[in-house]
Parts: sequence; C-alpha cells; structure tokens
Amino acid sequence: MRLQSRRRLLIGFVALLATFSGASRMDAAPPESIRNRLPDAVLRWGGDTEGGAPFQYFDPKTEKLVGFEVDIVEALVEQLRKDLAWPELKAEFVQYEWVSLPQGLEKRDFDIVVSGMEITNRNDAKMQFTRPYYLFAQQLTVRADEAKIDDLDDCRDEPIGTLSGSAADDLMKARLFSNIVTYDGQIEPYQDLRNGRVSAVLLDVPIAVYNTTGKPEFKSVGKLEGWGGYGIALRRDDDELAKAVDEALATIAKAGKVDEIVRKWNIWNAEQHQLEELTSSDKLLTWVAAQSGAPTGNPSAWTISVYGPLLLKAAGVTVALTFLSMAVAMTIGLIVAVCRLYGPGPVKWGALAYVEFFRGIPLLLLLTFLYYGLPEVGISLSAWQAAIIGFGLNYAAFEAEIYRSSIMAVPKGQWEAAQTLGMSEVTAFRRVIFPQAFRTALGPMTNDFVAMFKDTSLVSVISVVELTKQYQILARTSLKFVEIGALTALLYLMMSVPLGYLARYLEDKWSTGHK
Amino acid sequence: MSTAQMGNGTLGAPLVELTNLVKRYHGRAILDGISAKFGQGEITAMIGPSGGGKSTLLRSLNGLNTIDGGEVRVGEYRFTPGKTCDRETLQAVRRMVGMVFQDFQLFPHLTALGNVMEAPVQVAGKSRAEAETRGRELLKRVGLGERTGHYPSQLSGGQKQRVAIARALAMEPRVLLCDEITSALDPELKHEVLDVLEDLRDDGLTILMVTHEIGFARRAANRVVVLAEGKIVEEGPPQQVIDAPITERTQRFLKNVLG
Repeated sequence: MRLQSRRRLLIGFVALLATFSGASRMDAAPPESIRNRLPDAVLRWGGDTEGGAPFQYFDPKTEKLVGFEVDIVEALVEQLRKDLAWPELKAEFVQYEWVSLPQGLEKRDFDIVVSGMEITNRNDAKMQFTRPYYLFAQQLTVRADEAKIDDLDDCRDEPIGTLSGSAADDLMKARLFSNIVTYDGQIEPYQDLRNGRVSAVLLDVPIAVYNTTGKPEFKSVGKLEGWGGYGIALRRDDDELAKAVDEALATIAKAGKVDEIVRKWNIWNAEQHQLEELTSSDKLLTWVAAQSGAPTGNPSAWTISVYGPLLLKAAGVTVALTFLSMAVAMTIGLIVAVCRLYGPGPVKWGALAYVEFFRGIPLLLLLTFLYYGLPEVGISLSAWQAAIIGFGLNYAAFEAEIYRSSIMAVPKGQWEAAQTLGMSEVTAFRRVIFPQAFRTALGPMTNDFVAMFKDTSLVSVISVVELTKQYQILARTSLKFVEIGALTALLYLMMSVPLGYLARYLEDKWSTGHK
Repeated sequence: MSTAQMGNGTLGAPLVELTNLVKRYHGRAILDGISAKFGQGEITAMIGPSGGGKSTLLRSLNGLNTIDGGEVRVGEYRFTPGKTCDRETLQAVRRMVGMVFQDFQLFPHLTALGNVMEAPVQVAGKSRAEAETRGRELLKRVGLGERTGHYPSQLSGGQKQRVAIARALAMEPRVLLCDEITSALDPELKHEVLDVLEDLRDDGLTILMVTHEIGFARRAANRVVVLAEGKIVEEGPPQQVIDAPITERTQRFLKNVLG
C-alpha cells in the first residue's frame, strides 16, 4: 500500500517538558511502590499537541509547550514532590494522538493522561479517573452575522461541526441531530464555520474560548449545556499512583491553584465552584447524571443491530467514494498517458510533470490543501468534491503510468497493421491499441481499486465518515474493538474480493481474444 | 499526371513506379537507387538474400518507411523525401495498397470476422451489415467460412494468414503487398496461403510479394525481381530469371536457396 495512515501512532516523539527544582527537603522516603512504579523518577503524561490549544500546545513564538493542562501538571508534580518527599521527580510529556490515548495508557507508553479527557462510565472498564480538575460544558459558536440560530435546538438539521468522538459529538448523536459533521482536529470545525461549510460548531468551552477569542467573525450563543468533568486518567491497576495523584490534585485545588490556572486561561465560569464538592469520579458522574441531557455511555447497549447499520452506511460511503474517484482517476490518467506518449514536446513534459508531482506529494497533504487551503483563494469545495478530486488527481498519476506501459506493450506491428488498413492514428489507437492495452492494464488497475478502498480512510481529515473512521468511532465508543473490527474487515473483504473475481473473470474471458 | 494510367486494367500499365529510390539506415544504403514499374494486374515476386532490401522496398510503397532519395509513385500519389509525412497522401495511398505481414498482426481482441470488418466500418464508413456480408464472403473465399467467429488465438498459422489476406482485401485495394507471408508457417500449411494468392491473380490485383518460395514464384508470378545489396541485380519472367539466370549474383543466390 502506497499510503501512510494518519492513524499511525506518533509514539517516539517524546518531549522532555521540564525539570523542576527547589522542592522542599524532607527526610521521609517516598512510598516504595511508587518509587518502583517510576524507577527513573519521571512521571510521564500523555497528551496531544496537535490542535491541542488551550490544553497543551507549542507556543508558536517561543516553541515551548504551554497550556492550561501544562500548568496543572506543573502544579501537580510540584505537590507530588512535596507529598512524596521526592525532589528528583520530574514530569515528561509524551505526544500521542488524542483518540488513541486510552490505548497508549494501556500499553504503558505513559503513566497518566491529562488531555481534556472526559470522565465517563464507559472508559472505566480499562481506566480509572481522579477527581475532576475542570468542569466543561458545550458552547455553541456561530458566525457573527448569523440571525437564525440562538441555541442548539435551532440547528437540529443544520450542518454542525464538532470533534469526532467528543462529548459534543455524543450529545448531538444522543439528541438525534441529523447533520453532524465531525473532524479529527479542533481547528478545522471553526475554519469550516468561517468558510460557510457548517452553520455552527459545538465544542467544549476551553476549545471554543481559545478558537473564538479575539475573532469578531464568531459569536457564542445559547446556554452552556452537556456538562461533564475532565479528570486525570490512569491504568485500572495503578491504584497507588492514582491515590497519590488524586491527593496532590485535591491539595492544589484546595490551595486555589487550579482556580488560578483556569482563570489565567480565561476558561473560568461560576460552575467551577462545584469542584469543591465533586471529590471523586463517582461523585462527578452522579452530578453529571443530575444535569439534564448529559448522556453516559454503556457498552452493553452497542449490539450489532445498533452498530451494524452504521457500518453498512459507512461502507456505502467507501464504495461510492472509491468508484467516483476511480472514474476521475481513469479518465485523467488516460489523458495524461496519451499526452506523455504522443504529445508534442511541451505537452509531453507537462504530462511527465503531472505524474511526478501528484505521485510525489502525500495524498493527505493534497486533501488538506484542497479542502482547507483553497477557501483562502475563494474556492470552497464540499468535502466530497475535495475527496473525489484529491483521490482522482493522485491516482490518475499512477493510472497514467499503468496505461502508458500497457500501451507500449502492444506490438509495433499492430500499429502498422492498422495503418496499412488506412486507419488514422486516432482510429488505430481507439480501435486497435487501446482495447489491447486495457486488458494488460486490468490487473494493475484492480490492484489500485482495492488499494483505494482502503486509502479512502484518509478522508476523515476532511470530515467525511467512511468505513475505517466509523469503525474507530464505534470501537472507541463501545470498546468492542475486536467484534466491530472483525465485521469491518469482513465488509472490506466483501468489497475487494468480488472485484478481484470480476477482474479474473474478464481476464479469462478476454484471453481467448488474445494471442 | 500524364504517367498515371489509372484503372484501365491493362497488364503492364505502371500503377506503381519507383524512380531511383534510396533508403538509408545509419548511413548505409539499404535501397541504393531502385527504379522499377509494376503494372496493373501483375504479380511480382521479389527474391534475394536476407538484408538485400526486399522488405524495406515494400514498406516504402505504403509509407511505413520514409525514403531518402528518388520517388515512389502509387497511382496519382507520390512520395518523395520529406513529403512522405503528408497525412492525406499517406491515407490515400494506404487505401489503395493493402499489406499482409509475415507475423500476421491480426487484431487479437477481434474475431476473424471482426478483423475483416474493422477497416471497412471504421475507415471506409460502410454499414456494419454491409461490411459483415462482404466479410463473410471474403472469409469464405479464403476457405474460412466456418471460422468467422473464431479469435486469432483459436486459429492455426495458415488460417491466421488467410484471415489477414481477407482483412486486406476488405478495403478493396488495388495493390497487395505480401511480406514473406509464408515464412512463419509450417511447410504443410504454406500451400493454403499460396493457393489463396494464386486464386487472386485473376482479380486484376497488383501483387508484390517478397518470398522465399522459389517454386511458387515460378508458377504464379509474371515477373521475378532479384534484389541484392540494395540493387536490382536481375529481373524478368520467372522462366528466365529462375531457370536461366544471367548474373552471377542470381546464380549464387539460387544455388544457395535450392541447394
């Protein structure tokens, strides 16, 4: 497969955050079990800086890791050094893709997660949470000139953007919104709101505040709803560390440090006073349940009759996207191949440049450029248009090379035979050369078809939910990775295997009409 | 165009004329000043050693080769050096001149009938029905009336070559170029193809064949031309050239071929 999946984990990019010094000297040794848990005196915390503002991100000016959670961790570790009498203790940031953080925790790539992670029931199967350090709610943002939308219920059927798998996503799904547009990053929904592709964006308060502050083209409307709490996540079996972290968090909260940080980042609201009462994840959940409209996940509710239709619909998207893109790719590919073979000098060079260019740039870059970049010059494509054009242009480069070699593989004598019968070059190509070349190209083309079925998973970056994306959403929501994964794999095979059979059937059928 | 004696059916009228024809490859003269006339209805066998320029001469007649000197005239059309790329002249000449190749070059994706119908429909603009009727007649004539639906891969070499002849005839050419059309065939299959050629002699078709079939040349040709080292070394009726060659070069060649 020629494409790298964006979903590949970004392990390995480990940023050493900071070395804290000057902790108070105490003689008591830290509890033995925690010392064993953190043998090199480093507490590794997982998070995602990609679109991570204001939680954690690299300041574009200083290139330092900053964010309200960075401040929280800093205060937390300072407290831990005191609590454990362990002045060497350091915090180290581990970059991870946000949606994969629970898996990273389980794989021990880091010890704790501090990354705007919502405390829910469904996560508790594999993780445990400390008490909440922040209470979030969903903030609806619209364009400043928006007149029709005053609160969430006004956009029940409007295209409304949010982060895939986020609490806002869940909230709208639970309320059966019909036109949710999900993104992998949190900057993109606001870009598309500005470009007019969505009518509103619903996202957590910190994200909304960060992305709309100082931007007069946006306004916030409606009441805050969909309350929940961010907690620090740890492995289920990591009780000792969990207790220490929770106690340290309690101490800094009581000392007003959490409040101070939250105010510093401009995301404070009156509701944060509730944190004084919500001293465990269970208490938080009870409080959340008491708030109206806040959904909580339940793995047993995810039966095949629930996720099956969703997967099938996504498979339909994959098939439609593949066939439309391939039609574009085959058309452009043939034109490029013919230009390369028979065009006059400049046309030939142009065709070669096309092949080298589109073969050489990553598809992900092309898709992102078409969808998010072109609006800057006034061209706004829908996600489907961008996807089909992007895949079409990229695959056309590969198809062109297949056609070119297939055409060159037709014996020269066939041209001569056609010409001596009086055929023009165009007729000879159309009636004699192309039909033979097409048969040669059929095998490699089938390969590309199958490859494209899988490559279409890239379109999740431009908010189209196809089969792989739907699998990720469902699996992370239900935690049924194996069950839903097997069904997803089966669906992919049901697309690619018949295609292989069709190609072999045609090859067999045509082989009698070949020498 | 006074030299063009067109369509009068007279044996010996120069339908095709070569004047001092020169063709070079990498500086070497493959055809070194050839002058010859080929009359309407005449069958000319071209013999001679390999590399003597026989195939090159044939390919100069329908523009598969460009030429480097002299002139080729086919009917009213002329090829001269630098003028051979003229598309209209090329098309017109190719409509008049059919060609059959040593390695058949049938279109593998079409049936025997499809091969024969393709040019009449695509080039001559005939209706499919008309082209099909004519195609079936031609295939019957070459003894393949029962094989119209077969693909080239399902036919023997002799059958393929007969389809190729029918395909060339479907465009109703006035000249047929045959480039060693029996060389790729098993000995027992050659006669099928040669029989077909002999059968065509009475149609008034001008045939130029490059061949190694000396016996057939003697029986079927009006004229034999011996080509060696890019020059015509001897020409005349077969009885003269084959049975009583004058030049040493022809004698040597025939001795080698006939053993």
